[in-house]
Amino acid sequence: MQLEIITPDKKVYSGEVSSVSVPGAKGRFEMLNNHAAVISTLLNGKVKIKDKEGVKSFDVKGGVVENLKNKIIILAESV
Amino acid sequence: MANLKEVRNRIASVISTQQITKAMKMVSAAKLRRAQDAIVMMRPYASKLRDIMENISGTLEGGVGGELTKARPVEKVLIVAVNSNRGLCGAFNAVVIRTVNRLIREEYSRQAKEGNVKVLCIGKKASDFFNKHKNLYAGNHNELYAKLTFENVSAVADSIMKEFAAGQYDRVDIVYNQFKNAAVQYIQHEQMLPVAPPMKKGNDKNVVNDYIFEPGKEQLVLELLPKSVRIQLFKAVLDSHASEHGARMTAMSKATDNAGDLLKELRLSYNKARQAAITGEILEIVAGAEALNG
Repeated sequence: MQLEIITPDKKVYSGEVSSVSVPGAKGRFEMLNNHAAVISTLLNGKVKIKDKEGVKSFDVKGGVVENLKNKIIILAESV
Repeated sequence: MANLKEVRNRIASVISTQQITKAMKMVSAAKLRRAQDAIVMMRPYASKLRDIMENISGTLEGGVGGELTKARPVEKVLIVAVNSNRGLCGAFNAVVIRTVNRLIREEYSRQAKEGNVKVLCIGKKASDFFNKHKNLYAGNHNELYAKLTFENVSAVADSIMKEFAAGQYDRVDIVYNQFKNAAVQYIQHEQMLPVAPPMKKGNDKNVVNDYIFEPGKEQLVLELLPKSVRIQLFKAVLDSHASEHGARMTAMSKATDNAGDLLKELRLSYNKARQAAITGEILEIVAGAEALNG
């Protein structure tokens, strides 16, 4: 899956990941390969991702996530 | 002889002016690059946010949007004037002030007569001007340019939205210089609030209709609208910032060229005066020698 984490000030992350876990507005959920299309707002909290270098975590504030056809975009106001 | 010295002093002063304008041009060029980078960084966020908004409204029936999209009869107006803290950048600042004045005179003349038009200034040049018109002045945020981050700008946007939602204003407009390239800026006048509801993309086949929406479509729109207002203000401020440095760079480059032309003329007249003086001296000596021989 392709993941991008973008804030208005910079692109925080861009790359190939195998799993993304986000603090959704209705509870934390994880997206794996071929997840259904989803748009969700995020609570302030940690976004955890797994790529080939291992597990990484980002503190996001004021975020939105969109997942469409294995392309995930996380827009955050600050990371 | 006095003339020679005068010209020499003029030349020295023009040279030092030219050095200053040249240095300012260079500084502006460096700052312009950084300002442009900031715009480039902001662009993906803005365009993705718009995409998501369009995707949502593509599946949404009817207009939803809550407080921020509600169009009320326009009685009280706030104009956000974005320019710069410093001068020496050509018409950059003046054009913003002129546009705001024109808006007040023409579009909002009725509201202005009742004293219901306010101007919020971002940039010292605007606040210096509108501070003289106490019935217009609504405060300033000149400190934004010291640290131009999304966080600081969105705090300003939030307070504007709060005032709008509270009914303190019925319409908020923003006037700023849009950045085209280093030499060209366009003065831009946009409506900031109420937000035009996100456009439904016609019968676009690209819109996927089977999104899972969390928490719900309406709530999503409510959450995303303030974000798009914030990014609109942020974009305006960044554009204006880049335009400022572009305008200053052009102005200073012109000033350096002009100083060069002036120097050329001064040097010519200096050399003419010098040669005339030498000729005069030779004539005197020759005349003196002739007198002795004779």
